[in-house]
Amino acid sequence: MEGAALLERLRIRRAITWRTATVASIADETARARTIVLDVPDWPGHVAGQHLDVRLTAEDGYQAQRSYSIATAPEDPRIALTVERLEDGEVSSYLAGDLRPGDEFEIRGPIGGHFTWSVEDGGPLLLAGGGSGLVPLMAMLRHRAARESTVDTRLLVSAGRWDEVFYRDELSALAAGDGLVTRYTLTREQPQGWTGDSRRVDADMLAALGPAPRDAPRVFVCGPTAFVETVADALVGLGHAPGAIHAERFGPTGG
Amino acid sequence: MSPISRGFRGRRRPVDPGRVPPGQYVVDDFPVLSAGPTPHTPTDEWSLTIAGAVGEARSWTWDEFLALPAETVTTDIHCVTKWSKLGTTWRGVSLDFLLEQVGTTADYLTAWSDGDYTTNLALEDVTDGRAWVAHLFDGEPLEPEHGGPARLLVPHLYFWKSAKWVRGITFTEEDEPGFWEAAGYHNHGDPWKEQRFWND
Repeated sequence: MEGAALLERLRIRRAITWRTATVASIADETARARTIVLDVPDWPGHVAGQHLDVRLTAEDGYQAQRSYSIATAPEDPRIALTVERLEDGEVSSYLAGDLRPGDEFEIRGPIGGHFTWSVEDGGPLLLAGGGSGLVPLMAMLRHRAARESTVDTRLLVSAGRWDEVFYRDELSALAAGDGLVTRYTLTREQPQGWTGDSRRVDADMLAALGPAPRDAPRVFVCGPTAFVETVADALVGLGHAPGAIHAERFGPTGG
Repeated sequence: MSPISRGFRGRRRPVDPGRVPPGQYVVDDFPVLSAGPTPHTPTDEWSLTIAGAVGEARSWTWDEFLALPAETVTTDIHCVTKWSKLGTTWRGVSLDFLLEQVGTTADYLTAWSDGDYTTNLALEDVTDGRAWVAHLFDGEPLEPEHGGPARLLVPHLYFWKSAKWVRGITFTEEDEPGFWEAAGYHNHGDPWKEQRFWND
């Protein structure tokens, strides 16, 4: 087994146990989403793209669990989650609602050995995020920046409106660096003077963004099921190898 | 002892605790979880093959598969990502029937799918009316994103064991971890024991 693969294996095989996380800070990302920064003692480290499980406990012992992608790079000493409040979301309505700095809940992870990227894996990269599907892709971009990588990276961000796009300022700053091309599409409403796309993602949009299939990019697609199905089908249609397309889907009941 | 999450009360649905395993919540829709693109294999290119440590390997075309005796199954399903869906209705061919056609003394099997997905199961988890190859959901052809044309249905285990787009079952003498089992998920995946990750 080659070195990187062995390391990955060891990382995955570390015991996945519940730990108490303390909320260090909370920042609004959009009207419905907040980034929650956590202090987690003895966090075993993660690979960009992985997620963790959150477990909330009520005073009477009732518990609820959900999964959330990790937004921070492995190089960051703290863990951050960006949680969008869903109407019926039992856990998200608490995390993106009542939660305050100093509060505690349990997490365990990191989880997932497939939807992951590290600089050692190489590129080029094609990242496509719909709505809060941007979160695990942001971990990859932050990792890429932390390692000062200039690997050819194309990012497609799809959202309803500009003020629903997570990490807007940080994405703009990252795009000023070498090797990252970002393309936005706003499907419901566009600000005045908008120069990006304004339709649902399609094959033409993905072909224009690149990289071409002959460049064999590693592809990561995350978002609502319909978004992921559309993007993945279009990429296969364009000639990308199905095995190179990593997908993570979440439905309306993400929780 | 879990710390109390200040102010968290939860939105508890009135559910039968005998039907919802620990850590799960009930959904009404049907979420989709897959690691790659959805394969769209036309049924005229589809076949199901049972091979490996068997008396005689067998393969069925789509039409031959549809002609096999099918059963209607109503069951609860539980995904490791925490959602459970109660009272789902499927139609498919029992593994008991399929195994009778090939004969095996092997203790393990790997189900493999279009899209290179695999999952491993013990023989005892797929016999005695506990597993099917299903092609109808709620009386309709199974949608591709839910595993159509046909998927494995092993509802007493977490749903990643119910391989979507199943194309074959290979019997093995040794237990060989499949796609998620090799990536840190539990080898067996019993929702009632909350066997989510390898060390659970």
